[in-house]
Amino acid sequence: MTSYELTRSPFARAMLKSRWPQLAVQLGLLGGLGLVIASGLLGTPVGSRSFAIVMVWIVWWAALMLVAVPWLGRAWCSVCPLPLPGEWLQRGVIGGPPRRGSGSARGLRWPRRLRGMWVQNGAFLAVAILSLPVLTQPRWTGILLVGLIVAAVALGLIFERRAFCRYVCPVGGFIGLYSQVAPVEVRVRDAAVCAAHTSKTCYTGNESGYGCPWNVFPGSLQVNTYCGLCMECLRTCPHDNVAINLRPVGADLTQAGPRAMDEAFKAILLLGSGLAYTALLLGPWGRARAAAAAVGSGAWLLYALGFLTFVAAALPALLLAATRLGLWLSRIRLTPIAALRTLSPALIPLGLSVWIAFSLSFLLANLSYAGPVLSDPLNLGWNLLGTAGVGWAPLGQVLFPWLTIGILIAGLAWSSQRLGAIAEGLRGGPRLAWPMRVVSLMLTIGVLAVLAP
Amino acid sequence: MKPESGARLAVSLLALGLPLALVGGWRAARSSSVVTMHARMSEDGGWSTETLRVAAGEPLQLNLISDDVVHGFAIGHSDLTPIDLQPGQMVRTTLVFPQPGTYTFYCTRWCGPNHWRMRGEIEVTGPAVSADAPQPPLYQTLGIDLDAPHPAAVVPARRPSAARGADLGIDLPATLADLSSSLARSPAEAWLELRADPSTDGLSGDDVWDLVAWVWRSYATDASIEAGAALFAQNCAACHGESGAGDGVMAGSIDVASMGSGGTSAPLAPADFTDAARMLGASPALLQGKITRGGMGTGMPYWGPVLTEAQIWSLTDYLWTFQFEESR
Repeated sequence: MTSYELTRSPFARAMLKSRWPQLAVQLGLLGGLGLVIASGLLGTPVGSRSFAIVMVWIVWWAALMLVAVPWLGRAWCSVCPLPLPGEWLQRGVIGGPPRRGSGSARGLRWPRRLRGMWVQNGAFLAVAILSLPVLTQPRWTGILLVGLIVAAVALGLIFERRAFCRYVCPVGGFIGLYSQVAPVEVRVRDAAVCAAHTSKTCYTGNESGYGCPWNVFPGSLQVNTYCGLCMECLRTCPHDNVAINLRPVGADLTQAGPRAMDEAFKAILLLGSGLAYTALLLGPWGRARAAAAAVGSGAWLLYALGFLTFVAAALPALLLAATRLGLWLSRIRLTPIAALRTLSPALIPLGLSVWIAFSLSFLLANLSYAGPVLSDPLNLGWNLLGTAGVGWAPLGQVLFPWLTIGILIAGLAWSSQRLGAIAEGLRGGPRLAWPMRVVSLMLTIGVLAVLAP
Repeated sequence: MKPESGARLAVSLLALGLPLALVGGWRAARSSSVVTMHARMSEDGGWSTETLRVAAGEPLQLNLISDDVVHGFAIGHSDLTPIDLQPGQMVRTTLVFPQPGTYTFYCTRWCGPNHWRMRGEIEVTGPAVSADAPQPPLYQTLGIDLDAPHPAAVVPARRPSAARGADLGIDLPATLADLSSSLARSPAEAWLELRADPSTDGLSGDDVWDLVAWVWRSYATDASIEAGAALFAQNCAACHGESGAGDGVMAGSIDVASMGSGGTSAPLAPADFTDAARMLGASPALLQGKITRGGMGTGMPYWGPVLTEAQIWSLTDYLWTFQFEESR
C-alpha cells in the first residue's frame, strides 16, 4: 500500500499552512482547560459530577486513546492548550508569525544529558503512582494541570523551543511512542531539496514561521515519535517540500534496526503500565486500590514500590530473559540488550491494544456522566444542554467483552507478526521471536482474565 | 503595543483574570441572600453552615449540594418533604417560616456512623408572638430518672399476646383503662397490679402477661403503630436493627469516645428492644423521654427538635410490638 499526500489538495494545504484554524481550535481548548481547572479547584469534590474528572479522564482520555493516537498520531499535540501560555511568552506573539526582537525567553538549549525520553519516563511514572487520586479527585486533577502549565511556562522562558513538550510532558512521550502506528505523517517530499537548502529554515525559522518547536529536522524524519504535527515546517519551507501523508497503519514499526534505549524502555514501560492499570482499576483487588488512593501512607508506599518494580524492573527483566532465550534458540550473535532494543517496536501494537481495551472499558461504563457535567460544569445547578438529569447508565456491556477480545487478539497478532518479521530480518529465523511471543500471549491472557472473564 | 506586551497581557489575564473572576463571583454569591450549603459526612465536617438566620415571612433561598455521598435535608417539626441531595448535584429550594423561633434542619439519609450529628439550626427572627409558656418535659414532670436502670421485676415465660389477652374477657381495673393514667407505669408494674387483683386469681402468670399486652395494645391505634414503624425504619433501625435487637448496621460504629461522655472509649451497644427485662421495666413516659432527650453520651441522638410529640408517641407505640404480639 502506498502513501497519499494530503497536502496535494490546495484546500488542505492552505488550511494546514494557515495559523488561524489551528489557533481557533487551540483557543477553544484553552477555554476548556480553564473551565476544567476552575471545576477541579473550585467545583464539587465528587468525581462523577466533576467537569474536570469526567471531561479529562473519561472523554478526553478515551478520545485520545481510541481516536487521536491510533488514527491521527500526535494531532493532539498540535492543538494541546497546555504549552500555549509559555509559548506565547517565549515568542512574544500570540498565534502569529515571528516578529523581530520579540520574545522573553533566555533560549537556552536543553541539557544534553537530559535529552531523549528519560525525563518523560520519570514524569510519567511520577503521575502513574499518584494516578488513583488524580483520576478520581478533582482537586488533584486541577493541581496537576496547573503544575503542568507552570512547568511549561517556566521551561518555555528558560529553554528554546517546546522543551516541555519534547522532553518533559508525561503524556507527550506516550503519544509519541504510539503515534508510530498512526496512518498520518509529516515527511519531506524530496530529501535532496533539503540537502541543498543551506539555511534549513524548517529548523531555524523565517518570517513565515518558527524553527521546529520540537527540535527536529524534518528532512531526517523517519518515524513519528518526535514530530508534534505543529505544521511550522509546512510554513517555513520555501520550496513547499514538506508534505502531510496518509500512509499505511503502523508504517513506522517496519523501520529496521535497534531503537534507542529510552524508546525501547518506553515501549516496555507503557505496556507494563497498561497492564498494571487494568489490574488495579478494573480488577477485583480492592485493597490494592485502597492502597493506591492513600497517598503518603505506608500502604501507598508499598503500592508505589510494587508498581515501579513491575513496570520498570520485573517486566523489563522478563522480556530481557525471553530475548536471551530467543537468542540462544536462534544462535543470533547480538547482545540481549541490543536484541531487545531491536524487538521493542513489536511491543507497541500489544501495548496500544491493552490501553485501548482499558480505555474502552471505562469509557463505556462512565460516558453517561458526561451529560450532567456538560450541562452543569461548575455544579451550580445549571441545565445548559438539558442533560443535567441524565442518570448513570453503562453502555455496551454485552458488546464490550467481545470488543475487548477482538482488540487484544488483534494487538497480540500484530505484535507477533512484527516479532517474526524483525527476527527474519536478523537472519536468525523465527526462533528469536518465540519466547517473546509466549510472554506476549501470557500477558494478553492476563488482561483478558480481568476485562473479559 | 509591542508584540511581547500582547503576549504578556494575554497570559496575565489568564493567570490573574480567572482567579479574580472566581473570587469576585464567590464574594457576590456570599453577599446575596442565597445561601449555598455543602453536605459532607459528619466525620468530614457535616453541614458547611450550621446556623442560618432569616426573618419570619421572608424567603430563605438555599442551594444544597452534597460533596460525598447521598444526604437528605429536612426541617424538624415541619411538613417539608425531605430533599435528597445526590453527590455533586446542586438542589435549590426556598423556605419561608411564618413564625419566629428556632428550627432544626437535619440529614435524613444514613450517610455514616455519625449521621445523626448532621444537624443545624435556623433562627427565624421577628416580633414575639404570644405563646403558651414552654412545658417541662413529661419525664421531669413525672420525676423519672432517664439515666437510671429500670429493670423489670418480673418477665414472662412466653411472648405475651394481645389477642389472647382480649380473649380472656377480664374487666380491667380503671387505673389501667387509658394511657394518660399509665404514663409512668411499666408493663412489669402493670403485671404486678393485675396479679394482685382478685379478678385474675384463676389466671396463670403468662395469662396475666397476655392481659398486659392487650392493655398496651389498647393504648395504641393501627395508624400510630404504622407511622411508628415507618419512623423507626427511617431513623432508628440503622442502630437498633430492623428486628429491634440492637444489631443495626451502624451498631458497631458508634463512636462514644468522641461524644464527650468522658467514659469508656469502647462502643456501646444500642438498646435491645427485644430484651424483656429492659423493655418491660420501662414506662411509656420513660421511652418518650429517652427519644426526646437522647441518651446523653451513649450515642442515642436527641429527637425532640426533629420529631413532633405525636411522632414520638407513635414510635413508642411501635417499640412495644417488639415485646407484645398482636395475634395469638
